[in-house]
Amino acid sequence: MRIILFILRKEFIQIFRNKQMLPIIFVMPILQLLILVNAATFEIKKVNVHLIDRDQSTYSALLREKFSASSNFNIVNSSFSEKAGIEDLSKNKAGMVVIIPKDFEKDLRNNIKTKIQFLMNAEDSYSSGISYSYGNSIVSSFSESILSQALQGSQQQTTPTIDIEYSHWYNQDLDYKKYMASGILVVLITMIATFLTSMNIVREKEIGTIEQLNVTPIKKIQFIIGKLIPFLIIGLFELAFGLVIAIIAFDITILGNIFLLFGLAFVYLLVMLGIGLWISTVTETQQQAMFIAWFIMVIFILMGGLFTPISSMPDWAQTVTIFNPVAQFIEIMRRVLLKGSGFKDVTTQFSLLVAYAIFTLSVSIFRYKKVSD
Amino acid sequence: MNAVTVNNISKSFGAIKAVNNLTFQVEQGDLFGFIGPDGGGKTTLIRMMNTLIIPDEGSATVNGLDTIKDYKKIRLQIGYMPGRFSLYQDLTVEENLNFFATVFGTTIKQNYDLIRDIYVQIEPFKDRRAGKLSGGMKQKLALCCALIHKPEVLFLDEPTTGVDAVSRKEFWEMLKRLKQKGITILVSTPYLDEASLCDKVALMQSGNILEINTPENIVKKFEKPLLAMKSKNMYKLITALRSYKFTNSAYPFGEYLHYTDTRETYSVEGIKNYLMQMGVTDAEIIPALPNIEDTFMQLMEKGND
Repeated sequence: MRIILFILRKEFIQIFRNKQMLPIIFVMPILQLLILVNAATFEIKKVNVHLIDRDQSTYSALLREKFSASSNFNIVNSSFSEKAGIEDLSKNKAGMVVIIPKDFEKDLRNNIKTKIQFLMNAEDSYSSGISYSYGNSIVSSFSESILSQALQGSQQQTTPTIDIEYSHWYNQDLDYKKYMASGILVVLITMIATFLTSMNIVREKEIGTIEQLNVTPIKKIQFIIGKLIPFLIIGLFELAFGLVIAIIAFDITILGNIFLLFGLAFVYLLVMLGIGLWISTVTETQQQAMFIAWFIMVIFILMGGLFTPISSMPDWAQTVTIFNPVAQFIEIMRRVLLKGSGFKDVTTQFSLLVAYAIFTLSVSIFRYKKVSD
Repeated sequence: MNAVTVNNISKSFGAIKAVNNLTFQVEQGDLFGFIGPDGGGKTTLIRMMNTLIIPDEGSATVNGLDTIKDYKKIRLQIGYMPGRFSLYQDLTVEENLNFFATVFGTTIKQNYDLIRDIYVQIEPFKDRRAGKLSGGMKQKLALCCALIHKPEVLFLDEPTTGVDAVSRKEFWEMLKRLKQKGITILVSTPYLDEASLCDKVALMQSGNILEINTPENIVKKFEKPLLAMKSKNMYKLITALRSYKFTNSAYPFGEYLHYTDTRETYSVEGIKNYLMQMGVTDAEIIPALPNIEDTFMQLMEKGND
């Protein structure tokens, strides 16, 4: 026990003496949260629209007004030629071309079905889908408003329509920042646990200090505990620090129990520390450790549901994410943080994490002992 | 009792036999040197004796304890200074020493007597980080760290490699003082001139021990009379001798050249005449006493044959 304490003391002296370490601990979370969360959102802010109005009527002017009044669209150009519209699309000057046909108003007044055409730039299928549905809702609100105008005029009875009313739960304003911030926090503590741990242990090999330690009575398990605990503490501190930034910058309210969140983070960190330790047993230099850690991280994070929802992945990929601790913890973070879930709601994720923690730690400790003998 | 015994020990790395079936003993209180060129197997041998690697064959004991079965007990009784500086460069001198004292369950105070002579030299820099010390200082700190738990046997792997001549001399004096305190010291070095400073030396080459004896006895093994030669043009002298049909060996040795002849009896005049013919007119030839370096060169030649 005394030896572990002294190893810990030594580790903390070294960590805080490392010039790169303090920026990593304090600057990285601020940058990651502020830049990534603001930049990597799913919101489609403004789609540039090229409008082709062949009708030039009151109705077409009304529709045009609806588009320009919407916060989602920005009419950048208008013309009478489809060719000019497509050219704007191809030059990325416009993301969408809206074509109002000739006789638009006349047909509507005469109760003849008429069509509005959207030409979309679908390079990015995700945002074009969103712009399409935004456009759609503008057109339907337009048709509703002219319908009610017509009704007022004629007092005629029309068939009742079904109106869908919806409300978004758990993230009422559909604020992607809250959604992203909770995921970025996971990335943050994951990097601390995996990168820093593996590099720290490998450094002892690289510099040769392990040679000197090996002839001391320090037991391997004491060495490992002494190496892992500092990063466990830093990881938890990092989560707290990141949460404070998220609360200040993105107005996140922690709906769930904060102790539950940290308790689960503790288990999650054990998993990632185990992976970090394992990386250190298969590498000889910090560079190699960095490379392997990076490789593992990219897969874990991209398949972790941070950017693309797991539910929209193919079936096989959804099965694979069961084995992805990052995915489990992102899920836990979102549920506890945004949804206010209690322990009962995340028992599946919790038990998976416990299983991984036992697995990664025992495999890596076993391997560490074997390699260093 | 022997401090270290080694029985038929071997270790290979792939196809390379680093240590080849060695057997020897080191008596308690000896300053024992392993001398030989790089790649001779010195480091591997030391790492097997100090429990860091397991031999492929054979066994070794330290203080009567088996290096495999009792490695934990051995580690408490030995000090080790690896060839490469292996302390924490980002910790200060004092922090390093404190750390190693603590992991051995002791304190600097408790064993200060043992390291005092060495530590006073680096004490002015005790708040400096180890990485910022000069080569000689680093070496002294490493020795302090290896001694802080009062080991009975000290293993030093090429402690003087890359250290200037003055620091080397100082270092050997420190070792002599440690020896007087009853510590058995096993030291490896590639410098032949350090051999005469040991009580006993093992000359190593390609994983084999060519000779193991006191430096005095090793010198006695030198079989042939030795001549020292000198000329203003040493290069001409050595090329002339190397093409001489009776030359057994000719090595430059400081300002002289050491020469042995293949014949049982010969005259210095005969050699002088030959050198004259070859254009070396100013050759000074005197009989010389062989030293350990001559012997080692001779043994290595034999080993290569």
